[in-house]
Amino acid sequence: MTPLLHYLPLLGVLVVVAGFALRFNPVPVVVIAGIVSGLAAGKSIGDILALIGHSFVSERALLLFVLTLPAIGVLERAGLREHARNWIASLRSLTFPRLLIAYLGLRQILSMLGLTSVAGQAQTVRPLLAPMAEAAAEKRGAPLSPEERNHVRAFSAATDNIGLFFGEDVFIALGAVLLIQGFYAQHGIELEPLHIALWALPTAIAAFIIHAIRTVLFGRRIAHPVMQPAHDEQAAD
Amino acid sequence: MLTIEQAYWLIALFLAGAAILNLRGRRWWHAAFWGVLAVLIAGGKFVLAASAAHNPVPAQLAGIGVIALAALSPRMTRGNLSERATAEREADALRLRHKLFGPALLIPLVTLLVALFGAYIVVGGVRLFDPERMTLTGLALACVVALVAALWVTRARPLAGLSEGRRLLDTLGWAALLPLTLAALGGVFAATGVGSAVADLVRLLIPVDNALACVVAFGLGMVMFTVIMGNAFAAFPVLMAGIGIPLLIHRHGADPAILGALGMVTGYCGTLFTPMAANFNIVPVALLELPNQSDVIRAQWKTGAVLLVVNLILMYLLIFRF
Repeated sequence: MTPLLHYLPLLGVLVVVAGFALRFNPVPVVVIAGIVSGLAAGKSIGDILALIGHSFVSERALLLFVLTLPAIGVLERAGLREHARNWIASLRSLTFPRLLIAYLGLRQILSMLGLTSVAGQAQTVRPLLAPMAEAAAEKRGAPLSPEERNHVRAFSAATDNIGLFFGEDVFIALGAVLLIQGFYAQHGIELEPLHIALWALPTAIAAFIIHAIRTVLFGRRIAHPVMQPAHDEQAAD
Repeated sequence: MLTIEQAYWLIALFLAGAAILNLRGRRWWHAAFWGVLAVLIAGGKFVLAASAAHNPVPAQLAGIGVIALAALSPRMTRGNLSERATAEREADALRLRHKLFGPALLIPLVTLLVALFGAYIVVGGVRLFDPERMTLTGLALACVVALVAALWVTRARPLAGLSEGRRLLDTLGWAALLPLTLAALGGVFAATGVGSAVADLVRLLIPVDNALACVVAFGLGMVMFTVIMGNAFAAFPVLMAGIGIPLLIHRHGADPAILGALGMVTGYCGTLFTPMAANFNIVPVALLELPNQSDVIRAQWKTGAVLLVVNLILMYLLIFRF
């Protein structure tokens, strides 16, 4: 194969990067990138369609989280988010950093035990963690501005991600560790899963410390309401 | 026996229900979107079985379905779906209080119980849970249990489950689909040799005799590739085959266990930077109704960047010592 032909499928990567940079709707960008990459590799349209269809349906477990929506929706209709907010507001010693750091630690430990689906953006962040974090942040005595509210929500989502990623890598029975072990076994290197998992521990601890520090700093930043200049207030209306 | 396949049918039913509600509300694009997706999810097993039997037609039809979904995605505007009035929700919240947490916590609790004990439950000589993907089957069961409990606690009509679920589903819109689409792209990239092309590019650019350069190239390569694919699992075999095994292990004598573990978590740092990891970084933007697609990434990239540096230092200090 000539060198140029070897690198041609990278055009698909370029489509993705350009599409995200230009803020097009990501779904068509991704599908077009797949088609471009397939054409660049010299595949027929029929092959590309089959490849896309096959890969799509093999990963349909990624859609399982939508099953949480009916139960969460019914509870939200009856005031779940409002109650989560009221309850956290009534716990005086539970500050914003304490709430998020406790969640981070719990999420890491659960993931280390392989219980990754127990929490998540749909299961716990939207109905529970985000409203609780908002209430905890509002203990400063002033309501959050819309921008601050969005920051608090995004930070809650980020905390869930970090807890998941840097706990799951230590779990030996499935996922990352088995993938590493399986890959080495194919290449003639035999390793014990526990041995691999242990070397992910330093990173898991570092992730906890780094994100906990960032949570404290973020908590301090929103601890005092920003004094808005008068013209800004008018612009917000 | 409860299997993951039944969970897929449940998803398809829910999506079809959402399509019907949108049809009745004259929201044609939304109805078409969820309808096509329902058919794809319900037909998944059939498509895979046909592919295994070397019949590509069902997979090609599924591919056309995916393209139809992509064409419909830009039409999936959030619109204004009516939610119950805030005052009514506040009143219910004060009346029901902690009872509201019960059903919400049932989702993690039932999932946990199935994950821990599902393998031991036998009914009439048959295992209740299919061992394949048992935790996810447990999650699906937990959602049904939680819905029943939620309806009971709130005394809502059973159809409220569908209409409220559909409200959240329409809030998600195309973001619900992105993880699946990206997984499909991953499949195409793998089949068209994108991985080996990237690994070859990296090798062209670094001095292979310098151990530190190899460590940095391996680590940053893991991050870059994870950012492109949205998944460290896809990056790992490529970078290991391209740099890890030939250069770090064979040429410079790195310890495979430490290299594997630290290499993977270095890739995980990349997951924090990329919109391609849609289920973690884009789905919550829609779920939390944030204004910008990059809001979650902005909240977490600094943690990822510091951790990346820590990982590179750990890797350089540890892999050649043991």
